Amino acid sequence: MSFSDLHLCLLFSSALFCVGLIGVLARSNTILVLLGVELMLNAANINFIAFWRFGPTPEPATGVMFVLFAIAVAAAEAAVGLALVIAIYRHKRTIRLQEANTLKG
Amino acid sequence: MVCSFRGYASPENYPRAPEPTFVNVAFFIIALGTLATAAVAMSLRNLIHSALLLIGSWAGIGAFYLWAGAEFVAFGQVLVYVGAVSMVVLFAVLLTRHSRDDSGFEPDSIGRAVSALIVGGTVLGVLVGAVLSTPLKSATEVPAAVQVRSLGLQLMGPHAAALLVVGVVLTVALLGAVVIASPDRPADRKEEP
Repeated sequence: MSFSDLHLCLLFSSALFCVGLIGVLARSNTILVLLGVELMLNAANINFIAFWRFGPTPEPATGVMFVLFAIAVAAAEAAVGLALVIAIYRHKRTIRLQEANTLKG
Repeated sequence: MVCSFRGYASPENYPRAPEPTFVNVAFFIIALGTLATAAVAMSLRNLIHSALLLIGSWAGIGAFYLWAGAEFVAFGQVLVYVGAVSMVVLFAVLLTRHSRDDSGFEPDSIGRAVSALIVGGTVLGVLVGAVLSTPLKSATEVPAAVQVRSLGLQLMGPHAAALLVVGVVLTVALLGAVVIASPDRPADRKEEP
């Protein structure tokens, strides 16, 4: 089996993605689920950087630019998600995912 | 430190595993640290410990960006994740606790964890198989280091519209977050412990 540095980076990001995925599926705490989603987003960003750095045709800074925008959108997503968690906690007095099963306020 | 690892001198050097140079060892340390902290954070019961460990994991990802030569992204990662998102997460954890000793609720069911592990392991197997069976060539030459000046010129030139849209998205999202999280009814305020 022959592999290059790009393979190593992709394996790293795959493992990180699956750690996040297992966290999302296994935990019933809303905040931990959100953190798992953040981990998966970070794994995708690692892929962008890896392909930018080790890709066959290194375009100038395209991957870097994409990751910058992705980080900005991820920050917005984290803020809105945690605000939703707080709103759910105010209504239900718990942040257990199984309890938040209605759309009624 | 010789960066012989970063880009092989010629394409015929490609089909072999990279030799363990200093840079390679650094990558393995970063990757293992990041993965270990992330896995432990996802398995702990105490939510505060999980959040603090995830800050370490995000810092490890920032170290990976530094290792890969994307310094500006690494600084952005440290500023946004290690600095800002971690604080928001810690505030959310502290605001959603019933009491001081409330570290979580009853542990999740074993069946759920087992099925999650099965699904995650399957996805990992598929991804690893796909990656390992794909002939990916590393770049033969090291790309020129991205200067912050050129990044700024690109952001202001070809990507100016995207930058404006991201600014609008961030503003709207943060305003929406404040609106969602703020108590709107007096009854809500009375219920606070």
